[in-house]
Amino acid sequence: MASSVISSSPFVCKSSSSSKKDLGFSSFTKSSQISIHRCQKKSISRKIVSVMAPQKDRSPGTTGSVKTGMTMTEKILARAAEKSLVVPGDNIWVNVDVLMTHDVCGPGAFGIFKREFGEKAKVWDPEKIVVIPDHYIFTADKRANRNVDIMREHCKEQNIKYFYDITDLGNFKANPDYKGVCHVALAQEGHCRPGEVLLGTDSHTCTAGAFGQFATGIGNTDAGFVLGTGKILLKVPPTMRFILDGEMPSYLQSKDLILQIIGEISVAGATYKTMEFSGTCIENLSMEERMTLCNMVVEAGGKNGVIPPDATTLNYVENRTSVPFEPVYSDGNASFVADYRFDVSKLEPVVAKPHSPDNRALARECKDVKIDRVYIGSCTGGKTEDFMAAAKLFHAAGKKVKVPTFLVPATQKVWMDVYALPVPGSGGKTCAQIFEEAGCDTPASPSCGACLGGPADTYARLNEPQVCVSTTNRNFPGRMGHKEGQIYLASPYTAAASALTGHVTDPREFLQ
Amino acid sequence: MAASLQSVNPTLSRNLSSPNNSSSFAPFRSPFLRFNSTTVASDFKPLVSFRNASSSSPFVTRSAAEPQERKTFHGLCYVVGDNIDTDQIIPAEFLTLVPSNPDEYEKLGSHALVGLPAAYKERFVQPGEMKTKYSIIIGGENFGCGSSREHAPVCLGAAGAKAVVAQSYARIFFRNSVATGEIYPLDSEVRVCDECKTGDVATIELREGDSILINHTTGKEYKLKAIGDAGPVIDAGGIFAYARKAGMIPSAAP
Repeated sequence: MASSVISSSPFVCKSSSSSKKDLGFSSFTKSSQISIHRCQKKSISRKIVSVMAPQKDRSPGTTGSVKTGMTMTEKILARAAEKSLVVPGDNIWVNVDVLMTHDVCGPGAFGIFKREFGEKAKVWDPEKIVVIPDHYIFTADKRANRNVDIMREHCKEQNIKYFYDITDLGNFKANPDYKGVCHVALAQEGHCRPGEVLLGTDSHTCTAGAFGQFATGIGNTDAGFVLGTGKILLKVPPTMRFILDGEMPSYLQSKDLILQIIGEISVAGATYKTMEFSGTCIENLSMEERMTLCNMVVEAGGKNGVIPPDATTLNYVENRTSVPFEPVYSDGNASFVADYRFDVSKLEPVVAKPHSPDNRALARECKDVKIDRVYIGSCTGGKTEDFMAAAKLFHAAGKKVKVPTFLVPATQKVWMDVYALPVPGSGGKTCAQIFEEAGCDTPASPSCGACLGGPADTYARLNEPQVCVSTTNRNFPGRMGHKEGQIYLASPYTAAASALTGHVTDPREFLQ
Repeated sequence: MAASLQSVNPTLSRNLSSPNNSSSFAPFRSPFLRFNSTTVASDFKPLVSFRNASSSSPFVTRSAAEPQERKTFHGLCYVVGDNIDTDQIIPAEFLTLVPSNPDEYEKLGSHALVGLPAAYKERFVQPGEMKTKYSIIIGGENFGCGSSREHAPVCLGAAGAKAVVAQSYARIFFRNSVATGEIYPLDSEVRVCDECKTGDVATIELREGDSILINHTTGKEYKLKAIGDAGPVIDAGGIFAYARKAGMIPSAAP
């Protein structure tokens, strides 16, 4: 495919003292394999300049030799492996920047770490491990509670800097450190930085790829290995490129985009591959919308997802961390194993019907499907903007929901936003007020909640064979609890619209 | 002091990874790959695999450099379809069990594949039992998709299964199977799941180059793709055991 695509346009962040020539276009004609540039948080006046990647007619003479172009993912992994060049298929040892674990896999990962490195072993770097209890928190299940206690012991013993603990299960607000859903917390707490390698004991770790980093899920054993060594052996994945252009319709959200893509390529369409998203539509997405997109990369089998960092990314990240980072971007002559283009303006709201995330259908074609409940929550669809969207639709409709509508903010911060932030166009009402007026359930304690079923007493768990429209990420049999439960994956807009009619509903019914 | 292991610049090149198996996890084959341990955690215990006691596994421990011997699994088959995700293999409610805890490891095994829909009339582990009578799981495409929970290959191994033969695997499940050494993830070349039934008696023979699955009930034989570099890792008992055998991580101090 043509390598002259504008979509790989990088953004250059420069400090006021540097000349444009030094950090701008000239950095792409350096002979170094990896064209990177440093973004300093403390620069006084910062101009973000959009620069196009060099086109393929760049003459070899200026660079000294024909250079092999690398994709973003290849560059990140090469740098983390201290190599100047990697190609897909290479098995390389990679330095890990951040390892995340939670209450479900943490005990197992640390158990393996101790078994293999010794009871008195110390982790490779207590500041690079982030422990976020989030899965089974607000439950009476003793083993679940015990697992949080186990993590507390490990973190104390290892002096782990970032442990977002919870001790008072009856009142989440009484726990100042507690965050909630790990992938949202990682972003909110500034642990996601462009160019880094982030691993987590959870498949949706790929969410962080929205920040232009390599982020993927691993099992307990790999995590135990990383705990002791700070390294992991990875095979460099080839990259599939998805270029999304066009103006995003007002009724469409990134959940619709990723469901569209998964429906296109199937649940194994990206197995062992990187999914790289770019294009004008992507550039106009907020960070939370980008997170939703990358979140479901694993549902297509993808190893990781990436979005080139830009001003939006830098603005988000620099407000949350002072750790220096260096973004990287795909070269103009990088090789992609597949190229997909979408004109987003032509897309319509979609759902994934039971029982597979690739069982795509237009929302409007499912309007006869009667539903029993709606669930809005999870790392995929429980962020602040997800609730804002749902509230916006409820407000525009001015009606009450016809089915039980469960709301589970992903983190403490999201919960607070739901109760504090005014919803645009509503005359100053908060999401919480709008939800109450619409007859939704009271927003619950932040956690992963019923996205994956969980212990029997989990709030909003599907304990009967009901039909649920959900903003979550998987709908395989039994995912939310009952094996015969029928889960329709949808965007927050679609979920809200469906709650109002008691059937699967296209949000245009209420948004136009 | 953090235990840090510094890697010599690995010369593991692409040539070493199996060209036939695009999903092979080819970690430790290279004799060039070494860890120089600088600071070492003081109390290294010898690797004790909690699997050793319970399994009558034919796994042979040997050094990384030796070629793969013939290895055989024999027993009953349990046949499933496509896209068996890890929630079906081990539903989320059982994830409170910690696999590195021996009691809870056994309990995980008792719940293996309990998430399969009711259409699967024959259960993988009989209610009330802790182990399965099926040694070989036959799957379709994308086996083990979904969540990264390592509990998935662990519960299958804990239940007593020895190998999965599937058309294709999701990557995290494949990788976890290799890293834990709990179960052999083998690739078939055709849709074996369409030609086998639960309860068929089968033998798997793993050899250098031409591994096969023999269904004694139907009389048919199927070629399996070579497990490649992942094999010795599983044979050794997983990634840590292999790393020790290859001298990459120090063994226990005497």
